[in-house]
Amino acid sequence: MTVRPLAYVRDLLTGRQCGCETCPLAGARTSRKLILFGSPNVGKSVVFNQLTGAYAVVSNYPGTTVEVSRGRAQVREVALEVVDTPGAYSLAALSDDERVTQELLLEERPDVVLHVADAKHLARMLAMTVQLVEAGLPVVLDLNIMDEAERAGVQVDLPALERELGLPVVATAAASGVGMDRLRSLLAAPPPPPGGVAVSYPEVVERAIGRVGELLQADYGLSRRALALLLLQRDESLRARVQSREPEIVSELDWIVGETEACFAQPLSFVIAVARQQVADQISAKALTQRAAPLRPGLSETLGRLAMHPVYGLPLLVAVVYFGLYLGVGKLAAGVAVETLETLFAQHVSPVATVFVTRLLPWPVASKLLVGDYGMLTLGVRYAFAIVLPLVTAFFLMFALLEDSGYLPRLAMLVDRVFKRIGLSGRAVIPLVLGLGCDTMATLVTRVLETRRERLIATFLLALAVPCSAQLGVILGLLSTHPVGLAIWAGVVFAVFLFSGFLAARVLPGGESRFYLEIPPLRLPSPRNVLVKTWNRVRWYALEVIPLFLLASVLLWIGDLTHLFRLLVAGLQPVVHALGLPDAAAEAFLFGFFRRDYGAARLFDVHGGGAISGVPLVVAMVTVTLFVPCIAQLMVMQKERGWRTALAVTAIIFPFAFGVGYLLNLVLVSLRVQI
Amino acid sequence: MREEVALSDVAEELLAGLWPEQEAAAAAPDPKSVSTREAVEELQAKGLVEANGPALSLTATGLTTAAGVVRRERLAERLLADVLNVSGALATETACRFEHLLRRGLDDEICTLLGHPRVCPHGSPIPPGPCCAEGAQAAAKVVSSLADLSPGQGGVIAYLQSQRREVMSRLLAMGATPGAPIVLRQRFPSLVFALGHTELAVDEETARDIYVRLTRASKPARQSRLRLGFRRRHGGR
Repeated sequence: MTVRPLAYVRDLLTGRQCGCETCPLAGARTSRKLILFGSPNVGKSVVFNQLTGAYAVVSNYPGTTVEVSRGRAQVREVALEVVDTPGAYSLAALSDDERVTQELLLEERPDVVLHVADAKHLARMLAMTVQLVEAGLPVVLDLNIMDEAERAGVQVDLPALERELGLPVVATAAASGVGMDRLRSLLAAPPPPPGGVAVSYPEVVERAIGRVGELLQADYGLSRRALALLLLQRDESLRARVQSREPEIVSELDWIVGETEACFAQPLSFVIAVARQQVADQISAKALTQRAAPLRPGLSETLGRLAMHPVYGLPLLVAVVYFGLYLGVGKLAAGVAVETLETLFAQHVSPVATVFVTRLLPWPVASKLLVGDYGMLTLGVRYAFAIVLPLVTAFFLMFALLEDSGYLPRLAMLVDRVFKRIGLSGRAVIPLVLGLGCDTMATLVTRVLETRRERLIATFLLALAVPCSAQLGVILGLLSTHPVGLAIWAGVVFAVFLFSGFLAARVLPGGESRFYLEIPPLRLPSPRNVLVKTWNRVRWYALEVIPLFLLASVLLWIGDLTHLFRLLVAGLQPVVHALGLPDAAAEAFLFGFFRRDYGAARLFDVHGGGAISGVPLVVAMVTVTLFVPCIAQLMVMQKERGWRTALAVTAIIFPFAFGVGYLLNLVLVSLRVQI
Repeated sequence: MREEVALSDVAEELLAGLWPEQEAAAAAPDPKSVSTREAVEELQAKGLVEANGPALSLTATGLTTAAGVVRRERLAERLLADVLNVSGALATETACRFEHLLRRGLDDEICTLLGHPRVCPHGSPIPPGPCCAEGAQAAAKVVSSLADLSPGQGGVIAYLQSQRREVMSRLLAMGATPGAPIVLRQRFPSLVFALGHTELAVDEETARDIYVRLTRASKPARQSRLRLGFRRRHGGR
């Protein structure tokens, strides 16, 4: 079973290419190819969306684009194929994102590279423009987020900049569409010739560049000079590429690199960056004027500072959790939306469907598949659309608001010290908070973490101790009338999160990760962007995850038919009893395996029937929260981390979840806690 | 407290050459020359080295004394590079002579002035002195690790020095290049600093890799209303 066909259909629907030879979208290449390139968080994806009218995910934190988006744009009579790349701080491939971007530049042979830059940070951005020019690429420079730069007192003399760089420059504020016409007309014009700016490095480096350049025979798509510079900085991914194409030169190459390195006290990447920055600073000095910044900090700055404060940051965090999670997801979505939809299904849809299907399919075995206890319609579709989808949608909406405001990097910086203890860095809050929406999606997003060790720990914690929004919604709904129970549940799950993270950090080899993150200014989220982003995530969820609901229904139907299901429930019975839970809970746990939130949703049913409450309810909630990841998450884990990891994680979680449930029951019963 | 013995210049150089973390390339003195023989005798007499056949090895006291010599030499290099902007062969040559002038106590002053650097400009570790463990603060420092600044203090980046290549490359790519203006904004729970218009958050380890040449008034800026007393004591490392 694989989800790829769905992804293929999705690509077809959204106009993305899958890259295969027979792709109906590939067509003959009659258009120009435009690659968007730039540092993280400068608005590449906004420019992409403006140009193509398509949608790539935009956030206010670095590293949002982990996949390459492709789209088409028509500017005047020129058809453009636009490629949006993950943010890269330089051409060197230090992270996975940058590796993807480097590969694109090496392989795609773009007609134009649009360097999207944040106008505020001109000097820093120009170092990258210079690097692109060095690579012999036809570059257009787009100074984006000009509105913020102007507010910060930055003014840029565009003609002077064009003269110094020898390439076309445009200023935009893509989010509000300012300057986009000028950008379009620049892109409609013939591609610019490679720019004229050049850096001269220390003589030893220049000699090494010459020698490496002579050594390289194959065509890699970039200038020899740029390739040599990358190789001198020990760029692993480019070296691997050279090794596969010209293995005979690698030993001499390494020798040159080693010899050049020996001439400097600092790594060559430092020497090269400093030389490049000097040129960038000179150019920037000629083009940029800085008025005195406004003396009084604006509201956004004050709030941004508050959010990072170790004391005042906390009430803000509590407010975010209370309004976003508790009111937004818990009360509004779980309470109102789920309640309404459940009633609708129970009173109207299910009975009608049952009557309809039993008439149409008079064979009980077949009709059970659709409308039986575990039927695709009465169970699969009902759970998916009446319980899970409203919750997930509400969460994604809240998350999109958080993302676009720029709050998440501030949260990351607040929690870094604590996260170091559990083997992560502050950066991991992004996937972990997203996990509160959907652990499956969050497991994919662990890619933003820098080391394998961090990705592994984050994956493990997501699978064990981060409840997804469907679970959260049901749990908040069930326990909202038992504040003590809710507190116990939250306390236990949080303790397990910290404890297991702490253990994982001790057990797993590898050094402590470092934390460094750019803090973007707080921005007011654009409603359109928030809605589009939420819609995209919900659509992903509906296409990738909901089919699995239906699959689960089929599996449960087969299990029911073959009595395998009853056997498994019977097998779980002793375990469930040991936890002090009623028989019905065994069924919920089994459901939980097919989908985590299924398990919680089943408990919702059981609770409604009055079979479970008080201490057993809390114990069951804790166990089902910790219990094995759902099928979708297991599959993503396998895809991202490999089979061995996926199985090992599951094998640890299973006894762990029941162990914690057992202990909790023991403690609560012996303390005679009344909930 | 380190016990230091007055030594001749040649003896000091010889001692430094025996320091275990010294690069192999350190110029070995000519064993046949008279001055070398005298120096060896001097070191042996003071119980700093032992002869095992033709090879010399440091005794326990010799090891401490050698650490002091190496420390002074590398601090001198740092001083020349960071404060006086002398670089290349001239720096090494001057540092060699300079080192002999830095006597006990003075090296701690300079170490404090330079913000307790951990490596010399060539990347070799500087043996820490008692001042590093105490995290001593000079009245007016010239260069300081970002991790030792107070909120409001700043200057320009003097240099980066990290054991981890990828950290350094990352910092460079995010705009932390020598000469970039830098101001510390916040110390806890993570360090936040402004780099031009960019704001970056780093952990203490990473902040320790960034050395700042102080240009602003060393006095921390007036505490803003938002800051409560969360400036932690500067922990020594």
